[in-house]
Amino acid sequence: MTDSSSTHTQEPVLVIESGRTEKNYWADLWRYRELFLILAWRDLSVRYKQTIIGILWAILRPLLTMVVFTVIFSRIAKLPSDGNAPYALMVFAAMLPWSLFSNALTESSNSLIGNEKLISKVYFPRMIMPAATLITAFVDFLISFIILIGMMIYYQFAPGWHILLLPFFIILALLASLGPGLWITALNVKYRDFRYIIPFVAQFGLYVSPVGFSSKVVPEQWRLLYSLNPMVGVIDGFRWCILGGDSPIYLPGFLLSLAIIAFFLWLGVSRFRRMEKTFADLI
Amino acid sequence: MSSIVIKAENLGKKYVIGHQAERGNYTALRDVLMQNARTLWSKTKDLAKGKPVIQGDTMEEVWALKDVSFEISRGEAVGIIGRNGAGKSTLLKILSRITEPTEGRVTIRGRVASLLEVGTGFHPELSGRENIYLNGTILGMTRLEIKRKFDEIVAFAEVEKYLDTPVKRYSSGMYVRLAFAVAAHLEPEILVVDEVLAVGDASFQKKCLGKMGDVAKEGRTVLFVSHNMAAVRQLCQNGMVLNEGKVNFLGDIGSTINRYLQDVKTVQAVSLAERRDRQGSQWLKFTGVRLFNTAGNEQRQAISGQDVFIRFYYVSDKVMRDASVNIAFNVRSNQGCLLTNLNSLDVEKTTMNLYSTGFLQCFWPRFSLRSGSYECALFCAVNGDIVDWLQSAFTIQVEDGDFFSTGRIINREQGDVLFSYDWASHPIEG
Repeated sequence: MTDSSSTHTQEPVLVIESGRTEKNYWADLWRYRELFLILAWRDLSVRYKQTIIGILWAILRPLLTMVVFTVIFSRIAKLPSDGNAPYALMVFAAMLPWSLFSNALTESSNSLIGNEKLISKVYFPRMIMPAATLITAFVDFLISFIILIGMMIYYQFAPGWHILLLPFFIILALLASLGPGLWITALNVKYRDFRYIIPFVAQFGLYVSPVGFSSKVVPEQWRLLYSLNPMVGVIDGFRWCILGGDSPIYLPGFLLSLAIIAFFLWLGVSRFRRMEKTFADLI
Repeated sequence: MSSIVIKAENLGKKYVIGHQAERGNYTALRDVLMQNARTLWSKTKDLAKGKPVIQGDTMEEVWALKDVSFEISRGEAVGIIGRNGAGKSTLLKILSRITEPTEGRVTIRGRVASLLEVGTGFHPELSGRENIYLNGTILGMTRLEIKRKFDEIVAFAEVEKYLDTPVKRYSSGMYVRLAFAVAAHLEPEILVVDEVLAVGDASFQKKCLGKMGDVAKEGRTVLFVSHNMAAVRQLCQNGMVLNEGKVNFLGDIGSTINRYLQDVKTVQAVSLAERRDRQGSQWLKFTGVRLFNTAGNEQRQAISGQDVFIRFYYVSDKVMRDASVNIAFNVRSNQGCLLTNLNSLDVEKTTMNLYSTGFLQCFWPRFSLRSGSYECALFCAVNGDIVDWLQSAFTIQVEDGDFFSTGRIINREQGDVLFSYDWASHPIEG
């Protein structure tokens, strides 16, 4: 069909059709950035309004886990730390990315069914919803980062230049959670069973990832296989940034982790986009 | 310059729903286990193949919309009317991009804002001020736009004093006012509005109607869905009747409404038992409505002033003694104005027995409607469980009668209802 009204160039023309893939999906995502910000802000302010000690939760959870892990793995199991780094500091340097990852994964996986009303009554690129939850997880991360600074002062442990690369690994942790998060939240709309997977992953992952111990204790021949867990690369990266040269990155493993993160991100985005248009019918 | 802003071509939307197959009167655990094992296997197969998994034993395709085509010009205000389940909401959802059509296409020129619900995204924990920003952004306003209109929105909603109170502490009236105020200040080229005026008190409804009328006068295009014929008539120049997913009629608003009312009458010819557009748990279903006089003879019409019995026939899966039955029907004029509601709760006659087949009877002494036809919705809840609920369940035809026992014919143009009154003259003694 030809368009007779080429005079109206500034007026947006929208064609709604079955199976029509939006050419400007990513541009649309950008156009809705204010919604993204306000949803993230809503999640944050609601979270801190409803809890009594608010921000303290973001501090207490990783702090207590760190204490338990240090006692179990260092005192009881007598596992070695990375170089000269105090064991508690090494655990906490891994707790940070792990809680960032597991919080982001949990929140993003539940984001769509938690916002049923919005999905069924308003249009927006649905990806905004899980993406906005990353901000909440990130703010929690920033708060617990303060503890890390406190601990570094206590142990008089000065970070090297590596710390400057930390933002890269923060983004990596967020991307690692976004991929599976998108996929699971989309599946969750259709089959509510998937929400039970997340607490399991968060719990299980805490023990199979090198949080309570250094990934150096993993035998050399297994390390590449171990890096199939994408969080291994992220956690090693965090330790490298914070503890410096004492915990070098195992490069082949790190690249493998990167590839896995990229794969899950691609999988999550493509699955999400395929199911996105049916969300309103199913939710 | 093309003046067509919305052009729909052969729109269709299909839903697939599952049904549970009929079962015998009793179920053995063995049967249940077998059944579940069998479905589990077939569902797992479906899931593995990537086919959608559907609840129930048999699948049915339902076309919520089929072959819907229309064009809407710039600045036109169009009312979309139709019974529940006629596809109005589906159409609006497609136009607002919430769901995509199964077939056909729509071309839209201009920014669309849709209002399918007031207060979408309102969060009870957040304050009024915060919710204005949240809701505004969700509806598609930018932060700057909201900032600019903030005072206007607050004034329209009349909530100045409670701006920093969480909206969970608001009365329902305040909540709705705030929600509508935000929506009313949208400035899209095309506004799509679903039955949102059904909430709020009468004076606020009027204010909202006025505001929406302004929008239409400013040359913006408005699509308006409502059951309130008076509101539709006031707001729209043109209308569209949807019936069972198809456009039944397109034309000016007056003839659209007339056509819709005719449709309601044809609906009545369909026995209630066959109606599909019903809500509730359905273990009790109405099968018919009949009108009787005090002598026990069935009548096609009621006569003003006559004592009538209205019987609601039902079939029920459960037999109950002293159940708490809240049965009600409401009466709408042919302008769509809600006249009254006859409710067993209000007269405290809710304790009733239920039989496997039977009828519930309403006695209406001195029938108090003027001649005309009235549309009624039927509702029934048993022990708090809504069992059956039908919009436009039946119509009552009313003939002129001697309501006041004077032998005079009552002017049927002067309103819809009648009640007893008297006149007298008195001097004032100084």
